[in-house]
Amino acid sequence: MMSNRLAQSEVTIRENRLKSIIYYSGKASELAKAHGTENFSCKERSYSQCSDCAQMTAATITYFVRDAAVVVHSPMGCFANTPLNDTQFRNASIERGQEPDKVRVICSNISEKDTVYGGVNKLKEAITEAVKRFSPSAIFVHSSCAAGIVGDDIEGVAIDMQEEYNIPIIPIYCEGFKSKIWSSGFDAAYHGILKNLVKEQPEKNKKLVNVFNFLGSDTFTPLLSKLGLKPNYLVPLADVERISRMPEAACSAHICETLGTYVSSVLESEFGVPKVKSPAPFGIDWTDNWLREVASYTGTEDLVEDVIQSEHERIAPELERLREKLAGKKIYVFAGDAYAHNVGSVVSDLGMELVGMTTLHHDMMVDSKETEDTLEALVKKNGDIENFSVCNKQPYQVLKILEKLKPDVMIVRHMNMTILGGKLGIPSLLEGETNISAGYDGIITTGKRLLALIETKGILKTLSEYNEFPYSKWWREQEDPFYFEKGEKA
Amino acid sequence: MSHLIEQAKFSCALGGLQTVLAIDKGIPIVHAGPGCAARQFSYLGNGAGYQGEGYAGGGQISCTNSTQSEVIFGGEKKLRATVEGTLKVMNGSLYVILAGCSAGIIGDDVKQIACEFADEGYPVVGVDAAGFRGNNYAGHELVVNAIIDQYISYEVPKANVEKGLVNVFSVVPFQDAYWRGDLYEIKRLLEGIGIKVNILYGSSSEGFSEWMNIPNAEFNLVLSPWVGLSTAKKLESIYKTPYLHVPVLPVGLKETSRFLRQIADFAKLDSTDVEKFIAAEERRYKNYFVSFGDLVSDFGCYLPYHLYTVADSTYGIGTSKFVIEELGFTPKGFYDIDNPDVKSKELVESLLKDIDVRYEGNIVFEGDNKVIQNDIEKKLDDSKVRSLVLGSSWDKEMVTSRNESILVRLSLPITDRVILNKSYVGYNGGLTLIEDIYSGLFADGMITNTTHADH
Repeated sequence: MMSNRLAQSEVTIRENRLKSIIYYSGKASELAKAHGTENFSCKERSYSQCSDCAQMTAATITYFVRDAAVVVHSPMGCFANTPLNDTQFRNASIERGQEPDKVRVICSNISEKDTVYGGVNKLKEAITEAVKRFSPSAIFVHSSCAAGIVGDDIEGVAIDMQEEYNIPIIPIYCEGFKSKIWSSGFDAAYHGILKNLVKEQPEKNKKLVNVFNFLGSDTFTPLLSKLGLKPNYLVPLADVERISRMPEAACSAHICETLGTYVSSVLESEFGVPKVKSPAPFGIDWTDNWLREVASYTGTEDLVEDVIQSEHERIAPELERLREKLAGKKIYVFAGDAYAHNVGSVVSDLGMELVGMTTLHHDMMVDSKETEDTLEALVKKNGDIENFSVCNKQPYQVLKILEKLKPDVMIVRHMNMTILGGKLGIPSLLEGETNISAGYDGIITTGKRLLALIETKGILKTLSEYNEFPYSKWWREQEDPFYFEKGEKA
Repeated sequence: MSHLIEQAKFSCALGGLQTVLAIDKGIPIVHAGPGCAARQFSYLGNGAGYQGEGYAGGGQISCTNSTQSEVIFGGEKKLRATVEGTLKVMNGSLYVILAGCSAGIIGDDVKQIACEFADEGYPVVGVDAAGFRGNNYAGHELVVNAIIDQYISYEVPKANVEKGLVNVFSVVPFQDAYWRGDLYEIKRLLEGIGIKVNILYGSSSEGFSEWMNIPNAEFNLVLSPWVGLSTAKKLESIYKTPYLHVPVLPVGLKETSRFLRQIADFAKLDSTDVEKFIAAEERRYKNYFVSFGDLVSDFGCYLPYHLYTVADSTYGIGTSKFVIEELGFTPKGFYDIDNPDVKSKELVESLLKDIDVRYEGNIVFEGDNKVIQNDIEKKLDDSKVRSLVLGSSWDKEMVTSRNESILVRLSLPITDRVILNKSYVGYNGGLTLIEDIYSGLFADGMITNTTHADH
């Protein structure tokens, strides 16, 4: 039975569905207080540096399915960041104890003629070629700005060719121009998967916990196995069969509310899989609460308190040692919405001073209303963060924040942003691999990585000495990093 | 050439933004969707041996991040605000607006908007570089030609010819991962024979002032089979500047000396000075060459001798000619990835056959590296010969697992090497290429004369 939330071809973009914003500057507590309201709008600044788009985030979900292929219906530029994907896929597979794998992707390479006469034939050809080259169990078809504006009917093509080849062909509406929030691409990918691949599972597996994540190492097995449970890692590195059976799990969790909000919410409302509503397991108390809630869905309540206590005792000596070394270090977090809050929880446990945080967007609400707000949870745990902002990258602005706050170290989630710290001589922990910071061991791992960073920052001192920023004297002397948000024109 | 692509060898026309970044303090302003600039940087920055954001690239690129309202109502207003902001926030010598697919389809007039700012005295140029218009070789030419058409030709309407001054139009910055070292060497060589050079890109260039001096050159040098020709023809029609088309990028001793004599002849330079420079360079080069002769003499039966090249026509022809002519390799395949037009294809084919008649039947024009790889794979499996592949990081596994073959990373993507000032051009570049090819003998361990070259 096709449910209501999956009846439409597309999921509503975040700025409309979750009232997400890309600008805020103030106290963390004030923004947390506004959770669930529409008090802020997704206003843009009058001058911006480049952002990222939904096709990129859709790719992080769909490129790494072990037996699927992806056809990117776009000109070459949208496809141009694929060279590192093979290496990522291989390394992540090995890390998870799987056979090494490579991406199976083809670009239809839309040309000028296709924008005039339509690119449907090229898309068909690309799908046929993907079947021929990869014999995949399913094919995801990514749309693009060019295909979307011209109006190529990718759904029609998918339906026709699905019959021809007898495999699911899944349109993903991830056109870059659709949303100002690149995380809308996660939802677009999950929507396609939920609508076209996922099947009701009458048999439930009480010991299985869905974990929505990226290409990350296997840190949830050690955590969940103490309760006799197993993680079901989704979607990257899973195969089509495993993905289609995700409703059999006892509950759904994720490594970040921003990543997992839509998929876990739909699994709950449409397939009856409970969503874990506590914040993701980052930091001691968040991990405690997360485990307790997971236990409540899996009938392991009798075990969980003992596990929590023994885990606390296990990490205590190492944590103490790290806290001594990191005491008084000022840290700044620059990452995507809820993941920044997760990281904040970890560094708070390490006893560091969280001097500021910038999240790359902010969802004013989440898809399941009962879900605990991670920002509020962080403010409660850490105390208020005076210098809190929301900013879709914008290094010209963040530069001014960093110059004011002078952190000893940064934690950054996105590529191309650590260099900003580097040019100021500030080392960054690039959180590419999110799983290793999760759970009790994740706190220790994060602490160790931060210490290593402080040891290797010598080269950054030289970098900062040799660097010349492109920013004008006028901008360097501006007091307010958020000048262009205040309705100011240049 | 198949149009479907599994393994990318180039980006789209919007990749021309990296050409702007290659100009000293050049500032691109992207009028496109929110992810477009980041993709270009990923492929042409990180993918070119970790060439980072530098002065104003990467995440710092100004962008309208166009979304629904721009697509529906037009994006010109937002573009104007973005240009105003850029002019105020970023210090630049030149600002180039590049419009991507969304703006291209809905028809925003970026040239007109650039013109409005130029009228106020700002160095602003507008280019329709929509991704569907072509690859980034096309994007590079669009950018260069727009700078000349929309800015230089207005600021410097008449040439004031300076004897001995030459503009060089050659490798495409970033798409040639070695562009910085290459341009440094080309400039060094030309200056060595007494020519004053506008090299235009990178820190070997004096900056945008060189661009403003383009009209005053005695002649233009196009050092590539086709990229840059349209620019030279444009300058000929605007300023009557003659151009010299040298399609073979000089690599190694023989070709570099030939190249310098050809330039000297065209520029009517005093041959005594030219020959003096060439003699000194050749003496130095030959010393190096002879000094590694022991190695190749000892291990002749273990050296690779088949050559496969996967690169654009500029870099591929230059390096292949050197490897065949000076290092004695047998050509087995040339895979041209830059999608030249019909006439340029004919030129590429005839150049290769002039280098070696055995190229007959072994020249492929193809944009999908996977298709190329399948072909080389089959040839390596059939031949069982240890070979040299001038390719990219895509080819690492395929090459090194077959016949102990050696891969030199020549073309994009290069994601397992850090590239700073390395170059394979000129006398110095030939020597560097020798180092990299023959160091490949030791990639798996040591060969010695007592172990039958096993590791």
